[in-house]
Amino acid sequence: MKMSKEMGTKGGLHYYLQSKSGIIGAILVFFMAVGALSAAFGWLPHDPLIQNVNDILKGPSKRFWFGTDQFGRDIFSRTLDGMRRSLTVSIVAVSIAAFIGVILGILGGYLGKWFDVLVTRMSDVVFAFPAILLALAIVSSIGNSWIDTALSIAIVYTPIFIRVARGPVLTVKEMDYVKVSRILGYSSPRILIKHILPNVTAPIVVQTALSLSWAILTESGLSFLGLGTQPPDASLGLMVADAQSLAAFAWWTLLFPSLFITIVVVGLNLVGDGLRDAWDPARRNS
Amino acid sequence: MQGVSKLQRFLFSSVTLRILSITTTLFGISIFVFLVLRVIPGNTITGSFGIETGMLTPGQIAELRHYYGIDQSLILQYFSWMKSFLSGQFGYSFSTGVSVMKLTKSALPVTIELALIGTILGVIMGIAIGMFSARKPGSFRDFGGQLFGLLALAIPGFVLSTAIVTIMANVFRYFPNGFEYMTPWENPWVNFQQMMFPGLVLGIAVAAPIMRTTRSALLETVDKDFVRTAHGKGVSPRKVQLRHVLRNSLIPIVTMTGIQFGYLLGGAVIVEKIFALPGMGRQVLDAITKREYATVQSSVMIFAIMFVTINVCTDLIYRKIDPRIK
Repeated sequence: MKMSKEMGTKGGLHYYLQSKSGIIGAILVFFMAVGALSAAFGWLPHDPLIQNVNDILKGPSKRFWFGTDQFGRDIFSRTLDGMRRSLTVSIVAVSIAAFIGVILGILGGYLGKWFDVLVTRMSDVVFAFPAILLALAIVSSIGNSWIDTALSIAIVYTPIFIRVARGPVLTVKEMDYVKVSRILGYSSPRILIKHILPNVTAPIVVQTALSLSWAILTESGLSFLGLGTQPPDASLGLMVADAQSLAAFAWWTLLFPSLFITIVVVGLNLVGDGLRDAWDPARRNS
Repeated sequence: MQGVSKLQRFLFSSVTLRILSITTTLFGISIFVFLVLRVIPGNTITGSFGIETGMLTPGQIAELRHYYGIDQSLILQYFSWMKSFLSGQFGYSFSTGVSVMKLTKSALPVTIELALIGTILGVIMGIAIGMFSARKPGSFRDFGGQLFGLLALAIPGFVLSTAIVTIMANVFRYFPNGFEYMTPWENPWVNFQQMMFPGLVLGIAVAAPIMRTTRSALLETVDKDFVRTAHGKGVSPRKVQLRHVLRNSLIPIVTMTGIQFGYLLGGAVIVEKIFALPGMGRQVLDAITKREYATVQSSVMIFAIMFVTINVCTDLIYRKIDPRIK
């Protein structure tokens, strides 16, 4: 906990680049992000929504890199567009969860007393649900648009951030330099922002990377069940659901969307590992 | 009250505290589910009538609201559900015409069986691969083990299930999801065939975190002094591994197993759906789409109670494994 200076961005990047898994993860995530961005800007070989009766269930070819689906739509373009949706939902969801969770966690740990009890109880309540089930209940209640999905995933993942942020605060607030700052009469916001926040950034950043990967799994799971993105819009989970009845004679309908989900989740996990190695001095030399 | 040692008193008070905190958590959960289902537009009527709700006259709607009991105040609704839940009926499912207790009675064993199979397979695979990996950190076999852990974590259950169903059907002309469900007592062979693949899918998902936990716990323990002493005493390497290293790494592994089992009990919704198993996941999924408040609320409460119970059991197991924990 005493390396707040050492955790500066420069040192952090240096150590991050020493972690092999971190580099591989960053490359995988980078490619997925480029794909998602090109979908966002509309730079796709085909329109992901346009159906083409003459090209139904064609295998991968020069024209359709990943083949076509049951409506003759280009699977490559749909996969990238689905990736864009998954990433958008996950980033929005995790940002909300991290923002609310970190604020509640830090305040709970720092203020203590009834506020802390309230915050930990609330997170216990949400924690006692299996994530997918809770997301399912919420999303089926509030609706199917992407922002609804993002909101339900955010609610599910907020308690994790509360826990991650609260733990270090409990340790740091007993440290001498924080006690001294209090004796010196510094205001609580100043102590929180200047002395406590820097000490919780490391676990939070790691948690963000990991949560992003879980959020992608939850989002694709929801859309697989038909509770996320609605057809005809492209979504990775929905493409796998469609492929259930097609994969027997058109393997490409299942393989490519599955592969992309796996790659992005692997990538984000490796990034999380890399970040953890970079920030944890005990692991650096191993 | 003579003869009550300090320790007993401490134990007594911590148990009381534990029960109190569990009760408040469960109470919080009951309010949370209750509200989540109600804050939002739509209700049991729109859930069962769909678009046709628009054709109902105001009188009919009022009557239906009365029939479903949703014309009462929220507080009354909450207490009448609580009363029914605590009495063991768990409320009434309008679409099936039986009490939620009856539904749960047939659905819960399916889910528990599936979760047990998944957890057992996951623990075996996870510990084996974790030990295999940790034997030589940084080696090729470690890389293999870690790659398995990563892929098991990253490949979603629905992808794995879909792939298995497709491959089995295509290559072996075998349909793992084509059976009418049978309990192990009615027909153990059919039951085994039905549970094998979903159990495997869940097992792989459980193996990933257990493998990672095992590996890091082992690596941490291997450097400890008592392990060096054991080696120095001339204890055989295999015995050191099992008796000293693995045993002292068990706590994080048991924690992870408890958490995973808890999640499996409620998290197998998708796998249950793909393999057509009539478990709790499907019960909730059906009830959610029909907006059957009592079923969703009670099912979720049952999940929560199981989850909390498993946490307590995990704590108890700690004390068995590690006498240092009081």
